[in-house]
Amino acid sequence: MSEPRPAVPGGPAPLAWRVATVRGVSPASAHARTLVLDVPAWPGHRAGQHVDVRLVAEDGYQAQRSYSIASAPEDTGVSLTVERLDDGEVSPYLTDVLRPGDGLEVRGPIGGYFAWDVVAGGPLLLVGGGSGVVPLLAMLRHRAHAGAAARARVPARLIYSARTLEAVIDRADIERLEGATEVDVVLTLTRETGMEWTGRRGRVDRGLLAEAGWPPSAAPRAFVCGPTPFVEAVATMLVELGHEPRHVRTERFGPTG
Amino acid sequence: MADRPFIARGFHGRRPQAHPERLPPGQYETRDFPVLSAGPTPRVSLAAWDFTIHGIDGGSVRWTWDELHALPRETPTVDIHCVTKWSRFDTTWEGVSVDTLLDAAAAQGVDGGAYVVAFCDGGYTTNLPAADVTGGRAWVVWGYGGGPLPPEHGGPARLLVPHLYFWKSAKWVRGLRLLARDEPGFWEELGYHERGDPWREQRYRGDP
Ligand SMILES: Cc1cc2nc3c(=O)[nH]c(=O)nc-3n(C[C@H](O)[C@H](O)[C@H](O)COP(=O)(O)OP(=O)(O)OC[C@H]3O[C@@H](n4cnc5c(N)ncnc54)[C@H](O)[C@@H]3O)c2cc1C
Repeated sequence: MSEPRPAVPGGPAPLAWRVATVRGVSPASAHARTLVLDVPAWPGHRAGQHVDVRLVAEDGYQAQRSYSIASAPEDTGVSLTVERLDDGEVSPYLTDVLRPGDGLEVRGPIGGYFAWDVVAGGPLLLVGGGSGVVPLLAMLRHRAHAGAAARARVPARLIYSARTLEAVIDRADIERLEGATEVDVVLTLTRETGMEWTGRRGRVDRGLLAEAGWPPSAAPRAFVCGPTPFVEAVATMLVELGHEPRHVRTERFGPTG
Repeated sequence: MADRPFIARGFHGRRPQAHPERLPPGQYETRDFPVLSAGPTPRVSLAAWDFTIHGIDGGSVRWTWDELHALPRETPTVDIHCVTKWSRFDTTWEGVSVDTLLDAAAAQGVDGGAYVVAFCDGGYTTNLPAADVTGGRAWVVWGYGGGPLPPEHGGPARLLVPHLYFWKSAKWVRGLRLLARDEPGFWEELGYHERGDPWREQRYRGDP
């Protein structure tokens, strides 16, 4: 069978694997760590994009997974925030084994659809479940780098569903973004049993999306990210509420969660 | 970059328990059926649903839901590989071979070229060489695992091209445009590979 001709003549350069160096490791929640990477010749990224990570064992066996970039394009280094799945193959390695100074193979940035920058406009409606908040935080961190006037033109709301308070990723930074960059944040906890949490409990439902999201007449850019069932439910509810399907962009983090 | 891959210190991995030879490079086996799509799941009524092949010279042939079901059915059992790294073995489907559809189109004077673009509800498109959707290697399917294909997996009907990464198996498919020249589809415009052969690990533009 003959090989198809590439639609882009001349043949584009491949997306190279690069050995990044782990510069820092810090806790992001009770179950998640943030890795700050120095990536040689990093071409830059847009908020919302991800990288592929490849782990190769001594005998050549390899595993690959995708991780969203948590840092803003303006930040130095490329940060990944990885939630540990106890029986997972790759995430426990990234959260427990990697230390500053270690190398890590990455390639990217990947994905141009689930991506946002200030010039793309708003209002911004971000709905995240679990580690699905990571690319949404990159968007808010990028927005925080814009001037106050630019921010005022793209008001932002974050609806974030986590299991428990200790599972909330980057809680302090979310509070900083809320206070310093005028983001409306609604946090809802689906399995929190502690009495100290006086905020919202339960899953994201239509009522919450109608109340805390923008009305369809405001034509917000919606970005929905998290485990597949969460994204499926939220995206369907947004369309039922009257939001244009083409304004609802989704990223599904796979079977987990 | 380097020909010899970088070894991840202290990484052993969870080896595939069965059939490592069925797993393309960089993939892992899952028993779940994860979902990949860029937006909300479209919902359409079957009464309004149709499948259309647009030929290279402007002619077209169209099937309603019932007409499509009246064509000879096939029930392929295949391994599928998603670019997000999961593979799933022995998935079972029900539908009609793309060969059957193209033959019926050709019999009505609707001819094709070297490429096709699948188009879908929700605006998704993906491009494929015609050689990849003929020769018994591609289907339009409406059944999965003995039941109807669920909407989040592409129901009422999707393309099934199991020898390529699964984004080529366009969900919510509504037809094929037959083309003389290649035209990038939705993910292909966004930097994904033109062809997407998992055995050659053709994930992104510029991969081998
Ligand atoms: C675009 C994209 C961006 C992403 N961004 C992030 C991010 O920013 N942060 C983040 O934490 N994650 C992110 N993910 C998810 C990430 O890619 C991984 O899926 C996740 O880290 C789990 O990988 P793992 O190897 O630890 O688990 P896996 O080994 O893949 O297992 C996942 C789960 O499946 C089950 N499982 C699957 N196969 C087996 C088996 N053979 N035996 C036993 N159990 C099995 C396990 O119960 C486990 O809990 C992203 C995914 C995508 C697609």
